[in-house]
Amino acid sequence: MAKRRAFDVTTLPGFTTIAILAFVLLYAPIVTLVIYSFNGGNSVNQWGGFSLQWYAIAAQNEAVQDATARSLIIAVWASVISTTVATMAALGTTRRGKFKGQTIIYVIINQPLMVPEIVTAVSLLIFFSSVKVATGYSGLGYLILAHSAFCIPFAYLPIKARLEGMDTTMETAAADLYATPWQSFRYVTLPLLLPGVIAGAMLAFIISLDNVIITEFVKSAGQDTLPTYMLGQLRRALTPEVNAISTALLGLTVLILTLFVFVTKKWD
Amino acid sequence: MQRGICILSTNIAVDARNVGKIYGNGAGAVTALGDVSIAIEKGEFFTLLGPSGCGKTTLLRCIAGFETPTTGTIHLSGRDITYDPPYQRPVNTVFQSYALFPHLSVAQNVGFGLKMQGTPASDVAKAVERVLALVKLEAFADRLPQQLSGGQQQRVALARALAPEPEVLLLDEPLSALDLKLRKEMQSELKRLQTETGITFIFVTHDQEEALTMSNRIGVMSAGALLQVGTPHDIYESPVNRFVADFIGETNFLEGEVEGGQVRIGTGDLLAVDLNGETGGVTLAIRPEQVSVKAADAQLSGKITEATYLGTDTHYTIGLGDGSHLVARVQSNSVAAFGVGDTVGIAIDAKAVQVLKS
Repeated sequence: MAKRRAFDVTTLPGFTTIAILAFVLLYAPIVTLVIYSFNGGNSVNQWGGFSLQWYAIAAQNEAVQDATARSLIIAVWASVISTTVATMAALGTTRRGKFKGQTIIYVIINQPLMVPEIVTAVSLLIFFSSVKVATGYSGLGYLILAHSAFCIPFAYLPIKARLEGMDTTMETAAADLYATPWQSFRYVTLPLLLPGVIAGAMLAFIISLDNVIITEFVKSAGQDTLPTYMLGQLRRALTPEVNAISTALLGLTVLILTLFVFVTKKWD
Repeated sequence: MQRGICILSTNIAVDARNVGKIYGNGAGAVTALGDVSIAIEKGEFFTLLGPSGCGKTTLLRCIAGFETPTTGTIHLSGRDITYDPPYQRPVNTVFQSYALFPHLSVAQNVGFGLKMQGTPASDVAKAVERVLALVKLEAFADRLPQQLSGGQQQRVALARALAPEPEVLLLDEPLSALDLKLRKEMQSELKRLQTETGITFIFVTHDQEEALTMSNRIGVMSAGALLQVGTPHDIYESPVNRFVADFIGETNFLEGEVEGGQVRIGTGDLLAVDLNGETGGVTLAIRPEQVSVKAADAQLSGKITEATYLGTDTHYTIGLGDGSHLVARVQSNSVAAFGVGDTVGIAIDAKAVQVLKS
């Protein structure tokens, strides 16, 4: 006999039905997408036998190769930059007493979570176009900067949570044992913070990899990332190639999220 | 009383002068430490004793450098360290929670202080080996802290604080998390380490028995003030006030009035005690072991209201005529056992009675 709780949500009428319905709504489209990525025919909704041809076609497509490389370069830079900034912000907001304007600082750091993305996208488009005219530079730097900015809160939250959960006596003990503030950070705070930093970087990486709106507005001609390339494809002919790319992207995301869970679990 | 030692300034390890610590300001300000002055000698095992919230830990944290005093100065071996950061003070702390670094091995924990000071790795290794031997943990050098028992973690914390050979070792209630048996073991262990290393120990505790067994001198604190400093003998035998007498061991208090060189207590009886110059209303502090119980008439008489057999000793609570009561501790085999309701005679060792101002 299972132990009965005072309130158990599973005993409510319709619980199972609603749960199944929710799962079907969430995952049926994704499952369909994945299945049709193995389609032997060239339709996204008519089955023509099993084949890996669309993966081969996508892999050999130079535009896809180009966009994948660009997406990865931007995501790596954006996660490195945003995680570094987020770590400093998290230290700055947790390793001190309560201060005036604390709430304002939190709001400012988490701004990208609250401001509608399209607003950020349009403002960056206008701002960067003047910078482009002024400097003449039109490389990947704009996309990297834009991605770094909206990735900050995603990196900040797990790092801050980790710092708040950490026993500050450790840092006191380090200072007591002749560690200067920098040594104390390097040998005690950072190693203990690492799971939070890695988690933050992984989240930032996925968020950057997945971004469409801001990228679409900020990119110059010929700077397609994987998501904007796919968006462009939709406007022309829809083939299971898009399914194959999506499935690969999904696979990568699931892999990183699994690692994320594994990393955070293992440390504690 | 053995305070005849001439204290040269060179013999002072920690000299706190008029140290005060106030948290917050304005109406919400809390005084954690009043105006405390104390000189702790080199090589001494000094205990700060008091109930929680009495300021003993605040004083310790001021010496360690984790807190800056609001007023006053702290000198270490004659040097003013009041505003030095903790990492510049040759003072190490054993934390109540141990605060071992969970990501470092026992050896790395113990070597941490020396490594931060820039000691060459080979010397660090030697020192770690020596200190681990001192606390009998040589076999555990490569373990992580969480793989050790509470008592072993305690030893690692001790070894880690001792390894850099500080001038002063601060211990913040380090034994409070251990069970009774282990606590007793660690008490003698600490005493042994202090004697062997010759390092000045400042030990903070709320456990009066711990303070009495381990210390060369004790400072009793209450409500941010230092009430009395002295040897365990001084503190126990000659407490300066009712708080100290009550905090250190069990004590009976009898209110009375000085009358012709004697003290008339509530029952109307006169007790001949050493008045120590007190006049008017006084409180007599009498230790239970200084009260003897007799079948025959004596100085006072009373009725036993409670008898507790404790093996070697028996505790009797005796009601006096005026409604007050005395607790007597007598050796179980020294007198015939009395029972509740028996009327007995009470003799008090007059020389041992402390007369305190009411």
